[in-house]
Amino acid sequence: MVYTPIADSDDPHALHDPQSFISKYVWSQDHKVIAIQYALTALSVGLLALVLSGMMRLQLAFPESFTFINPSNYLQFVTMHGMIMVIYLLTALFLGGFGNYLIPLMCGTRDMVFPYLNMLSYWVYLLSVLILLASFFVPGGATGAGWTLYPPQAIMPGTPGADYGILLMLISLGVFIIAFTMGGLNYVTTVLQARCKGMSMMRMPLTVWGIFTATILGLLAFPALLVSAIMMTLDKTLGTSFFMPAVLSMGADAGYTGGSPILFQHLFWFFGHPEVYIVALPAFGMVSDVLSVHARKAIFGYRMMVWAIVAIGALSFVVWAHHMYVSGMNPYFGFFFATTTLIIAIPTAIKVYNWVLTLWRGNIRFTVPMLFAIGFIFTFTHGGLTGLFLGNVTVDLPLSDTYFVVGHFHMVMGVSPVLVLFAAIYHWFPKVTGRLLNTTMGKWHFWLTFLGTYSIYLPMHYLGFLGVPRRYFANGTSDFMPDSVQTINISITVAALIVAVVQLLFLFNLFWSLKHGEKAGSNPWEAASLEWQTPDTPPKHGNWGAELPVCHRWAYDYSVPGHATDFIPQNEPHNGEDSLEEMSAHPEEDH
Amino acid sequence: MNPITLAIALLCSVVVWGLIVRHLTAMPWEEAGGGSHLRDIQTVDLPAAKVAFYALLGVITSLFLLFFTAYNMRMNPSHGGDWHSVAEPGLLWLNTGLLILSSVAMQWARALAKRDNQQKLLLALIFGGLLTLAFLTGQMVAWGQMQASGQYSLSNPASAFFYLLTAVHGFHLIGGLVVWGLTLKKIKGGASAQSLQLTVELCSVYWHYLLVVWLMLFAILVST
Ligand code: HEM
Ligand SMILES: [Cu+2]
Repeated sequence: MVYTPIADSDDPHALHDPQSFISKYVWSQDHKVIAIQYALTALSVGLLALVLSGMMRLQLAFPESFTFINPSNYLQFVTMHGMIMVIYLLTALFLGGFGNYLIPLMCGTRDMVFPYLNMLSYWVYLLSVLILLASFFVPGGATGAGWTLYPPQAIMPGTPGADYGILLMLISLGVFIIAFTMGGLNYVTTVLQARCKGMSMMRMPLTVWGIFTATILGLLAFPALLVSAIMMTLDKTLGTSFFMPAVLSMGADAGYTGGSPILFQHLFWFFGHPEVYIVALPAFGMVSDVLSVHARKAIFGYRMMVWAIVAIGALSFVVWAHHMYVSGMNPYFGFFFATTTLIIAIPTAIKVYNWVLTLWRGNIRFTVPMLFAIGFIFTFTHGGLTGLFLGNVTVDLPLSDTYFVVGHFHMVMGVSPVLVLFAAIYHWFPKVTGRLLNTTMGKWHFWLTFLGTYSIYLPMHYLGFLGVPRRYFANGTSDFMPDSVQTINISITVAALIVAVVQLLFLFNLFWSLKHGEKAGSNPWEAASLEWQTPDTPPKHGNWGAELPVCHRWAYDYSVPGHATDFIPQNEPHNGEDSLEEMSAHPEEDH
Repeated sequence: MNPITLAIALLCSVVVWGLIVRHLTAMPWEEAGGGSHLRDIQTVDLPAAKVAFYALLGVITSLFLLFFTAYNMRMNPSHGGDWHSVAEPGLLWLNTGLLILSSVAMQWARALAKRDNQQKLLLALIFGGLLTLAFLTGQMVAWGQMQASGQYSLSNPASAFFYLLTAVHGFHLIGGLVVWGLTLKKIKGGASAQSLQLTVELCSVYWHYLLVVWLMLFAILVST
């Protein structure tokens, strides 16, 4: 069989244009519509997770004031908040949302290679979300096992939702993994096989590199979650003892023979740590592009950035047990995992340096996306530094399961990716809708969110030093907690509520700008990468009109000396280079 | 450390750093006539479906390796200590033979698709599928025998893993059979063997792959 590359066999009419409203907006196979479906669904559950965190904060600041929050509810809120944020919001929005929207546009293709599979991926994701939400309404309610779902407590009486809630959670995760796999195979194949002419891997924007690498991580790591979910489901329903040790429950033998909860922890974290990077790598990529565009400067050390992404991705599979220092592991194991954890800091630090060096002497435009991107550098550095502390066994032991950990992971994988998401939404909204988001509202949104998150999470580190435990409904009175803990808790809650309300302003901005936002034109930020060079904005079905673009340069030609404009689009030929028509007429000639 | 060594060390590190930065900030893809060698930098010479298929095999490999690892860890006395080895039903040897034959039939089908022989292709595919169904039936019979003997309780992790892993393997075969069924339908609908070449090729690879998984799984089950 003769193989023709996808970019060489282009036929703009191969994609049948959807005819009816339903095939255009509901059962759509267009990557852009699917991206928006993913994004809206993810943002909706994300909003729910935000409300849950608000209720937790209310309880912590004003214990005994709210009758609708009891200890069981609190645990359910913690669990659902954590799981929704990590999986159903961040993973889905970065990969299903931005991955779907940006990969074909940035690589110069008309769509994902398997549009039908892509559509299925969204609907299966929606199903997983519905199953998850259903767990709030079954007898016993949602699971309160913590987002880590550790057995034995996850399926033992006494934990909220130990009967149906946990089962629905496990099923929902399984369904999510199927959805992710369908999407992921699509993203990887599209990046590998459908790039337009001239788009070598080393010319792809870092956004695509981040999403691509994160997808591969997901494809390899999610099976670990699937394995643990399946085995836990069997322990729960059929009474196997994969994870369940021989335990007494309510004074009676629970019928298990002696399984291994530690085995579950290994499987869970073999997924769980790469998951952190599934969320972080796309954020790394997107923030690089936003910084470069709005600083009017090439990203510093592009090649280094690519290799750092790949290295971080690879290393992320050998650090998982740093989440298990308190499980009583062999000291040599602890030593090994502490070492790998510190090693992963090297490529990560390189990235931070390169972001800062990109800003260095740049012609910075303090647009709203740029503010969020710079905010990310701060929060990520802070979260990363506390991570270095927690990576060391002796430091982690006393801090584990305290608010120090809560502060750390919110900084590094809660706030930081969310700031990038905001940067990305402000940055790409004009491409998606044709209109800019309102800048005044955007600036309020940024400053209140940025300062707000610091007021929430910095004090938590201090609480952690005092030993305030995480996942506690109420702290009660004890010798090691001074009264100031309560004062701090109140101030954190006030900040959290302000931050939550500010997000409503953001939502309002989204809807308001859809109608009243300033018209953006096709390339409002004067950006060089391909997605800004589409013939129509928003891009039509098939993205590129009659002819696919040809890529002539990398995505970072900003402020090139001697050029009339301060950016050169990726599809603009070099001086003296053959024009497009001649080139396609004599493809091999001038090499 | 005396000041001179320190100075030399500093100097060296500055030079090394400079070299590293130079190397890593180079943009070789921008040189040599810019975009004029566009045809060089192309995608892998494989149809998209094949790339996606191999990526899927990567995912499935990850899944089975993790199951095998879990099996191995759970056997270790420090992870429970309640592992009682069980003897596998002899029927599994026969089933293994069936699966090998189905793989052979699939390979035959692949050759026939290449030679565009529609009649025989249909025959080969039917053989392959029926042998696979026979394998799956055999696995179920083995389960039945184990249940009947009463010696394979779910609370023994060795037998629980047996049921679990054979089931997971079986589900993957069923997935393959779905594609097999769709292919048969296409042949019935008049599709030429040529046009099904890629599908049949991927099917055969998938069957071989699941055969290898089964052989590994079987080896693990029998040896523990
Ligand atoms: C304003 C925003 C947020 C607030 C106020 C907030 C607040 C909280 C609170 C109060 C807890 C429970 C602490 C405890 O009792 O142990 C928690 C847990 C958690 N949060 Fe957030 N959070 C926010 C955003 C996020 C985001 C964006 C993520 C995304 C990664 C996230 C991930 C988690 C996780 C994984 C947990 C742990 C759940 C568990 O212990 O099982 N949070 N958060
Ligand atoms: Cu980790």
